[in-house]
Amino acid sequence: MRPSMTYRTIQHLIGYAFAVLSLYPVFLMIASSFKTTIAIFTHPLALPEKISFVAYDKLLDQMPFGHYLWNSVLVSGASVALILISSAFAAYYISRTHYKWNSALLFIFLLGMMIPIKLGIVPLFLLMKNLGLSNTLWSLILIYTAIGIPLGIMIMAGFFKTLPKELEEAGRIDGCNDMQILSRIVIPLMRPAIGTVMIINFVTAWNDFFFPLIFIQDEVMKTIQVGMMSLFGEYESDWSTLFAGLTLASLPMVLMFVFASRQFMDGMTAGAVK
Amino acid sequence: MDNQPKRLNQRKWSIHLFPIPALAIYLLFIVYPIIAAFSYSLYDWQGIKRLSFVGVSNFKKLLTVEPFNTMFQNALEHNVIYFVVQMVVQNGFAFLLAYFIYQRIKGSGFLKVAYFLPRLLSVIVVGFLWKLILNPTYGTLNVLLDKLGLDALALTWLGDPNTALLSIILVNCWFGVGLSLLIFLAGLQSIPSEIIEAARLDGVKGFRMIATMILPLIMQPLIMITVLTFIQSFEAFELVYAMQGSMGGPYYSTDTLAVFFYRTAFGGSSDGSASIGIGSALAVVMFALIAVITAFFLALTRKVNRS
Repeated sequence: MRPSMTYRTIQHLIGYAFAVLSLYPVFLMIASSFKTTIAIFTHPLALPEKISFVAYDKLLDQMPFGHYLWNSVLVSGASVALILISSAFAAYYISRTHYKWNSALLFIFLLGMMIPIKLGIVPLFLLMKNLGLSNTLWSLILIYTAIGIPLGIMIMAGFFKTLPKELEEAGRIDGCNDMQILSRIVIPLMRPAIGTVMIINFVTAWNDFFFPLIFIQDEVMKTIQVGMMSLFGEYESDWSTLFAGLTLASLPMVLMFVFASRQFMDGMTAGAVK
Repeated sequence: MDNQPKRLNQRKWSIHLFPIPALAIYLLFIVYPIIAAFSYSLYDWQGIKRLSFVGVSNFKKLLTVEPFNTMFQNALEHNVIYFVVQMVVQNGFAFLLAYFIYQRIKGSGFLKVAYFLPRLLSVIVVGFLWKLILNPTYGTLNVLLDKLGLDALALTWLGDPNTALLSIILVNCWFGVGLSLLIFLAGLQSIPSEIIEAARLDGVKGFRMIATMILPLIMQPLIMITVLTFIQSFEAFELVYAMQGSMGGPYYSTDTLAVFFYRTAFGGSSDGSASIGIGSALAVVMFALIAVITAFFLALTRKVNRS
């Protein structure tokens, strides 16, 4: 028995109306960034008549926007790399050796996924200060690495468990040591697991606002998300520039999502559900 | 020749270095701060200088002395509203849309991507973007309402204490619907199709199908979403901060526990309520609240799994 025609129609109406609601604000953001502020105020709903790059020029000339973007790239890239390396080693140890403390070790790491670390922000702030790291990108790289490690270990340890032991033994007979087994045999096989860990942590680090808000005061050390605060403070009524800033802050993620939407959706769902 | 198998099993001591970097970073930046937060709450503080041990006096102040107790209660109420509205609106729509996709609505691949896209924006971008859209005079929403002749509905969304909180929560729902939807969808797609087919042959359909057949079979993703929504709504900070600032304005009508915590710990306020001691006490209370309720839900999952 098929659902009735009326039901099918209503279903499609609601489904597509919601898609418009999801996409329109993003579209509006991008379209408005190519309009002049006057055009935004007089014809807010119209498409840009003439593509104007004035807002983007202004952002890159008058604001340290290049710094913001570069800092975000550095912080996200470095923390993802550190997470991958440190979790791969730890996960390999936990699932491929048989010491009696291994399960306790795994448990301690997994506990980290339940800790709402933002509630430890005061000690964390003082710790960074004492280590001489506040106001540096290292404070951000290290906190994102620490946040990403538990899930990274869980995903990779799960992967190592599925990997046949014979592969390793073959490598060992051929004279590889632990390090070579990991780097030459195991890591090339674990691309899907690495992909998931990369996506989850890249999105987290790129989009985070909370930690740079607390750790960073220098204008040139800010990431793009806190740079947004300065932008909205300075150009409050220059909407074209505001929309351009928002677009630049989101574009890398939106573009990557468009090209690899499946991997993003699978990865981020896995990351949320754990 | 006969020490060959032994060599195979023998590892160098250096293998023990493998977990050290991850463990060191994790202990220093996750475990230590959360434990330290507990100890901080038991001391008196002046700025960032720790003074004497004062026991539970910070907790007493937080819960019984003005302005802390009023602000705490006010913020807690908002967090509860936050959670309830998100459960009903965000997760209600998420289920509905997931069910449509499960029923093979046309273009479901595109729709999934569309619903999930907002999730890729940062919360701060979402907050600022919607602040522009909700602007009372130039914002797209009110311009649109005006054009449709509904100017009576064109409110000062974020400027009015009666609508500000709800506006922020609905923006949060816009952001979060895609993730809940994917979790629901994974649950729906793991239901064996024979069960649904058999029920259909028995004449079960429409609303009864959802209520009696489908809901009981997706209890696990439902609880999962509830936990995620709960944690997220009780940590709600960025969106309020972006749209209304650290005072949770207007008149504290959008204040949440996390914003109150930020204000107390880092002194975004001018009313003299800044204090690391009381801020840390608040962090401990929030931690306990989140831990207890999450544990309750996890116990519930175990019970569901067994039956």
